[in-house]
Amino acid sequence: MSLPILVFVLLALSVAGYVLGRGRAMASAGGDARKLHSLPNYYGWFGFLVALLPAALMLLLWLPAQSVVIDTQVSAMISDRSAAESSRGLVMSDVERVAEGLDLAVDAGVLTEEQAASIRTEFTDVRERLGEVGVALGSDVTSETLQAAQRYRALSSTGDLLRTLAVVAAALAGLAFVYRRAASTFRARNAVEAVVRWILILAASIAILTTVGIILSLIFNTVEFFSLYPAWDFFFGLTWSPSFGGGSELGILPLLWATLYISFIALAVSVPIGLFAAIYLSEYAGPAVRAVAKPLLEVLAGIPTIVYGLFALLTVGPLLVDIFGDGGVLGVGWMGGGTAVMTAGLVMGIMLIPFVSSLSDDIINAVPQAMRDGSLGLGATHSETVKQVILPAALPGIVGAILLAGSRAIGETMIVVLGAGAAARLSLNPFEAMTTVTAKIVSQLTGDADFASPEALVAFALGMTLFVITLGLNVIALYIVRKYREQYE
Amino acid sequence: MTDTTAQTGRAVAAPARKGSLLEVDSLTRKRNAAEARFKMYGLSAVIVGLLFLVALLATILSNGTSAFTQTFITIPVPLERAEIEAAEKSIVKTSKYRAIIGTAFANVLSSAGIETDMSAKDLDKMMSSGAAASVRDFVLANPASIGTTHTFDLLASSRVDGYLKGRVTREDLINDKNLDAAHLDIVDRLSAAGIVQKRFNWQFIFGADASDSRPEQAGIGVSMIGSFFMMLVVLVLSLPIGVAASIYLEEFAPKNRFTDLIEVNISNLAAVPSIVFGILGLAAFIQFAHLPQSAPLVGGLVLTLMTLPTIIISTRASLKSVPPSIRNAALGVGASKMQSVFHHVLPLAMPGILTGTIIGLAQALGETAPLLLIGMVGFIASNVPDGVAAGFLDPNSAMPAQIYEWAKRADPAFYERAWGGIIILLLFLMTMNIIAIILRRRFERRW
Amino acid sequence: MNEMPVVDAEAGTLLPKISAKKVQVFYGETHAIKDVDLNIADRTVTAFIGPSGCGKSTFLRCLNRMNDTIDICRVEGDIRIDGEDIYDPKVDPVQLRAKVGMVFQKPNPFPKSIYDNIAYGPRIHGLSRSKADLDEIVANSLQKAGLYEEVKDRLDEPGTGLSGGQQQRLCIARAIAVSPEVILMDEPCSALDPIATAKIEELIDELRENYTIVIVTHSMQQAARVSQRTAFFHLGNLVEEGETKEIFTNPTDRRTQDYITGRFG
Repeated sequence: MSLPILVFVLLALSVAGYVLGRGRAMASAGGDARKLHSLPNYYGWFGFLVALLPAALMLLLWLPAQSVVIDTQVSAMISDRSAAESSRGLVMSDVERVAEGLDLAVDAGVLTEEQAASIRTEFTDVRERLGEVGVALGSDVTSETLQAAQRYRALSSTGDLLRTLAVVAAALAGLAFVYRRAASTFRARNAVEAVVRWILILAASIAILTTVGIILSLIFNTVEFFSLYPAWDFFFGLTWSPSFGGGSELGILPLLWATLYISFIALAVSVPIGLFAAIYLSEYAGPAVRAVAKPLLEVLAGIPTIVYGLFALLTVGPLLVDIFGDGGVLGVGWMGGGTAVMTAGLVMGIMLIPFVSSLSDDIINAVPQAMRDGSLGLGATHSETVKQVILPAALPGIVGAILLAGSRAIGETMIVVLGAGAAARLSLNPFEAMTTVTAKIVSQLTGDADFASPEALVAFALGMTLFVITLGLNVIALYIVRKYREQYE
Repeated sequence: MTDTTAQTGRAVAAPARKGSLLEVDSLTRKRNAAEARFKMYGLSAVIVGLLFLVALLATILSNGTSAFTQTFITIPVPLERAEIEAAEKSIVKTSKYRAIIGTAFANVLSSAGIETDMSAKDLDKMMSSGAAASVRDFVLANPASIGTTHTFDLLASSRVDGYLKGRVTREDLINDKNLDAAHLDIVDRLSAAGIVQKRFNWQFIFGADASDSRPEQAGIGVSMIGSFFMMLVVLVLSLPIGVAASIYLEEFAPKNRFTDLIEVNISNLAAVPSIVFGILGLAAFIQFAHLPQSAPLVGGLVLTLMTLPTIIISTRASLKSVPPSIRNAALGVGASKMQSVFHHVLPLAMPGILTGTIIGLAQALGETAPLLLIGMVGFIASNVPDGVAAGFLDPNSAMPAQIYEWAKRADPAFYERAWGGIIILLLFLMTMNIIAIILRRRFERRW
Repeated sequence: MNEMPVVDAEAGTLLPKISAKKVQVFYGETHAIKDVDLNIADRTVTAFIGPSGCGKSTFLRCLNRMNDTIDICRVEGDIRIDGEDIYDPKVDPVQLRAKVGMVFQKPNPFPKSIYDNIAYGPRIHGLSRSKADLDEIVANSLQKAGLYEEVKDRLDEPGTGLSGGQQQRLCIARAIAVSPEVILMDEPCSALDPIATAKIEELIDELRENYTIVIVTHSMQQAARVSQRTAFFHLGNLVEEGETKEIFTNPTDRRTQDYITGRFG
């Protein structure tokens, strides 16, 4: 039974569980709902959940387990010799492709089920036959691969059969349980609520699972990367020049430098503008101005980063070249092309203005009015009050906000992919093209690179570095902001 | 100093300013000037911010609106049975059709009184390379038309289109191998004769992406469908999960380590760079779980994980805004805690939850970086998915990824598409935000 | 320059330090102060009493134009200090507030050191020529506020670390440091315990020698203890004003009578 049908059957059995639970309970109460401990629907839901949950859980565990079991069995068939030629992973993906092709061929009627299980490379050009059904294979199928693929198919179909049996059995067992338990004295509501509570906890735990997933997916691949490429050279290498033919130099420092340089420019643009805008809007502007200007500024935050990326690439870059480039307005010739640290930094700064201003606005507003009164009552002007009382009082919060903005800038991708350039470079000139950690994660993982090569795996090490840096900044910033809030609560 | 000072025994070091209040002294004047300056800095910061917004929007509109019109050449093409049968028999069928169109075009030129010594092959450059295919598609779809003369509105090539939109000038064409200035002279005259016209470009809104050589044919429609299926996944997953998680944290969670752990995780995930979620999607969903690459399903899963923290945070805020008296009232009449939450608190918090969800969806709709890593980019939004399952599972792109794809291409004709795509994307975002605002205005309750 | 106390030529008596005529205050649509006429004598303590929301704090805040900071607040009428109209367009509220200091209900020291809290006012008003000057002003102000002995060894510790009563005396010292002529106090003891309150009241009594003090208070006992004159406000009206003793023993108005005998409030 294929997976969608199995899921459908399971749902049908669960609905049967609802009807059964409700019906049994009503029957045991002689049709008088008042004699039941809980409302009749609770018995129904109890039946539904008991039929569904154990079976669904079984299915969820089965799916990865089956693929792991089949993988180990089949990969044991691959001789060490062919594994040594390319990687075992590549051979396995070939096997899967062939198996998939055989499935398609059977579906399309090109092969019968028996033929699919028995064809041999010696007698049939498997590649051509699969080509007919639209499965293109990169190379001729070796006999070993074909046998492995056939074994793969056989195991899969046995596995699918067992899976169906196990899941349906679990659901039926659930129904039997409902049949026995659903009586008028049974506390169905409590049982259902306990289950719902667990579902709620599970939903809340997804946040933890996501973090764990992020960390695991980064760590596994990073460790694999470091087994192929020395960690020292990665962290302290001054050159970034990946070449897919091998012999790459994958030093992170030039990328990190550009990342920090761009973030610095972005903060240099966004912090003064954002902070002054926040001060003006919260301390000076009348309600009418505030009601218009605040949401308009926040529109900048709602614009997707791809738009900023395009703005950098097609508008700001060329504009900067007209000013700073060869034959530009200033005639300085600092800038060769439109993509540069300055381009990306400026545009990212624009993007961060509302981020800085709305965070600072919250923080400035958290400073108690009594503080302002105290200063104004002494005859301080408004700006003196802001500069000497409010800002120092809000300083920790503002530092937190700037750190959060910095973490945003470091993790920003689209603007740097489009606006900063592609060449890794350690230079002080902000008008030169450089490339960042995030941009390289994209380029290393979107090419045609072999996934197992250091050139692709380095993206995970870059991602790990990025994750650690931003996480560190966020934790510090959130801590500072929280402490700050508590101070005035 | 006077006796007043002596009497009061004021600090000698603090010379009391006993001047009239009606005269502003020089220090105060200086301080007021500083005040005015400071206020001016603030105001200019706001203005600079708003100017950036205006510049951004003006750039988008001025570059993007032209994507919504496209140049067409109106050509009556005689569909002779013999020629079409010959064309269908040949190997490269469209090239025969191209010849048919070429002849028809030459006739159009001569009947319009335009003389040219250009070869048919040269004239053909004025048309999109997709023109032949569209004639063929028409013929295959309407076999009855064979033997008649049908008038086609065929796409002009992107250079011709660019010329009429002012993007391409004669100087640009000096080194261009696709088109000469001589072509443009013909275009001028055809345009005066009404044979070459700009029309509204439905193809751009509903069509599929096209290859590098045919920018005039590229549309955002298919990737819009990709985005739609992704948003469906995000909505179906993140709303229930987000609400369940928020209810647990807000109503049931005991104060313990586990709850703290969840809280810390949520606030940190909200600030994790989106590209990291792309890495997670690549490693967990594609590498580990073997879900299909480039599929909207996977994109939706990744974006769900990314938007969940946002949705949880806003949902919790709206649950928190329901006053405890409502809960107490429900508990007081004998409802269980669970009933009080699901029957009373949740319905009251629903407008706020929906608002937060829509804003989360809008954020997800504009997100690009994670989609690049799970392969939803490249020339893949070329077919309309056939059926719902295909919509979720077949390779597709998404609007922002499609825009990125166009931005990367070499031909500037694609930039116009990218800006146009941004207009459509922003229209969607605007609509979603307006719905959110209306929901909030309409149902906002002050307790 | 006007350094002599202003003398009414005809009567030959001292003119009041502050005189208010027909003062009206509106908060948006609300008419918060109605037609108040009041003279406040120099170097005395005047107490404003009355039930909550009667406008006494609002009126107090008119005297140094603190109401300017509230957008929807509008003041009409005529308020003069030393004969000068403080709502004259030529008057800079900054200069006015240096002359008329204010102490608030809740102690509100700035999140700075004790020293910087006091030095803040003199610094912005340019009252000191040197560091030594400033040190002297700080020490003097703290002494006058009776706080010097308690804090002299920890002037660089944050002002927020002091106890509530100390914080309030710090705020008084802070107000004194700009050498004002009038000090407005808006329920300065309402957030303090009785012992701290007693100290502040003692301090107010000492300050009376050099400053005109106006104090808003909820406590009639406090008004009786610290003030020489008392004004009773009710629903935005000034009901009556006079010698404190008179008001408490022999009020002329029925409403005053009811209030001080605790029939409403």
